[in-house]
Amino acid sequence: MSYLSARGLVRSYGRTPALRGVNLDVEEGEIVAVTGPSGCGKSTLLHCLAGILRPDAGEVTYRGRRIDTLSEGARAALRRTEFGVLFQFGQLVAELTAAENVALPLLLAGTGRREARTAALSWLDRLGVADFADQRPGEMSGGQQQRCAVARALVTEPRVLFCDEPTGALDSLAGEQVLGHLVRLAREQRTTVVLVTHDVQVAAYGDREIMLRDGAADPTGLGTVAAQQ
Amino acid sequence: MSTPHVLLGLLVDGPKHGYDLKRAHDLKLPRAKPVAFGQVYATLGRLVRDGLVVPAGQDRDAGPDRTSYELTEEGRKALKEWIAAVEAPMPHLSSVLLAKVVVALLVGDVNQAREYLAAQRAAHTTRLRELTGVKTDPDASLSDVIAADFGIAHLDADLRWLQTTLDRVADLHREVTTR
Repeated sequence: MSYLSARGLVRSYGRTPALRGVNLDVEEGEIVAVTGPSGCGKSTLLHCLAGILRPDAGEVTYRGRRIDTLSEGARAALRRTEFGVLFQFGQLVAELTAAENVALPLLLAGTGRREARTAALSWLDRLGVADFADQRPGEMSGGQQQRCAVARALVTEPRVLFCDEPTGALDSLAGEQVLGHLVRLAREQRTTVVLVTHDVQVAAYGDREIMLRDGAADPTGLGTVAAQQ
Repeated sequence: MSTPHVLLGLLVDGPKHGYDLKRAHDLKLPRAKPVAFGQVYATLGRLVRDGLVVPAGQDRDAGPDRTSYELTEEGRKALKEWIAAVEAPMPHLSSVLLAKVVVALLVGDVNQAREYLAAQRAAHTTRLRELTGVKTDPDASLSDVIAADFGIAHLDADLRWLQTTLDRVADLHREVTTR
C-alpha cells in the first residue's frame, strides 16, 4: 500500500463538482507535483489529502490508516504532528517576529520556549534568513517571508508537506530560491511532498507529475473521458 | 548559433589552438551541441580567409605541430557587431512542433494530433525536470545555471503552447465526434 493514497475522491461545493473520483498514490519520500488548469480541483484535492476538507465520497489513507473518517479534532492533531502545510502567502502572523512565527507550531505542541526558539533559529538559518530572525514579516521581502513560512512548515519535521502554489506570489528568482531550499530540505529529511501548482517550471522540481483535468486524474494528458464526451 | 562568432569570442583573452578552442567551446556552452574538431578547423580556415583571425605561431610541445590563432582588429570589430545585432524574435524549435500539428490536422487526423501533442508534452516535461536538476545541483556553475534557465524558459513557452493546443484540438475533437 502506498504511503498516501486517495481512492474515488468526490467533493462538490454546492452543486458544483470539484473532484469527480480522483485516484492517486504517493510513496514515502516522493515529491509529487499535482498540476492542471485553474478550477481543475487541485487545491480541493490537496485539502482533502491534508485532512482540511472531508470528501463527499471516497477514501484517503495515510500509512495504511483511513484519515477522511477521523473526527475534526483527530485530523487537526494529525496536521499539527505529521503534516505541514504551505500556502501561497499570508501565513505569517504580522505581530510576531520571524523566529516567533517559526517557533509557533512547536509552542502549540507543548515544546518549551527556549527549545522552540533554538529550533526556529536553526531552521531560519537553513533557509538562509537567519539575519531576519527578529524582524517582523512587514520588514521582509515576499521571498524572505515565504522562506520563513517554509521554515515554519518544516520546524515540526512533518512526514508529509502539502504545498499549494507556494511560489505563486513571488518573482521567478525569489520563487526559485524558495523552491530550491524546500526541495533540498525535504530530500534531506525524507519528507514526502505534495506540490500543487499550475506552473510547469514549479512542477519540474517534483519527481513526477499528476495531471488533473475537470476533477479527475488525467494520466494520458489527452483530457478526461468527461472532457472528451 | 553562430560558431564563427563564438570562436572569435573564445579568442578574446589570447591565442588558442583548434583543440583548446573546441574544449573551451564545450566548457563554456555546456548545454549546446559539442562542436566537432573538423568544424573548428574549417571555421578557423574561413576566419583566416576573411582576415578575422591570423596564425600566431606553432607549438611543438605536445606531439604534432599545432597552430595557434589570434584575433585581428577586424575580428574584434566583427565580434562586437555580432553581439550588438538583435536577433529576429523567431522561435526556431517550435516551428517543427507547429508543422507536425498543422499537418496532422490538414490530413484530418485529430486523434493523431492529440496523441502527438500529449507525447510531446510528456517529453518536454521530462526535459524540463532534467534541466531543473542541472540548475539546482549545488555544483552547478553560473554558465550551467544560465544555460539551463535558457532551455527552461523555451521549454516553458513550448509547453504553454502544447497545452493550449491540446485544449483547442480537444474542443475540435468534441465537435467532430458529437456532430
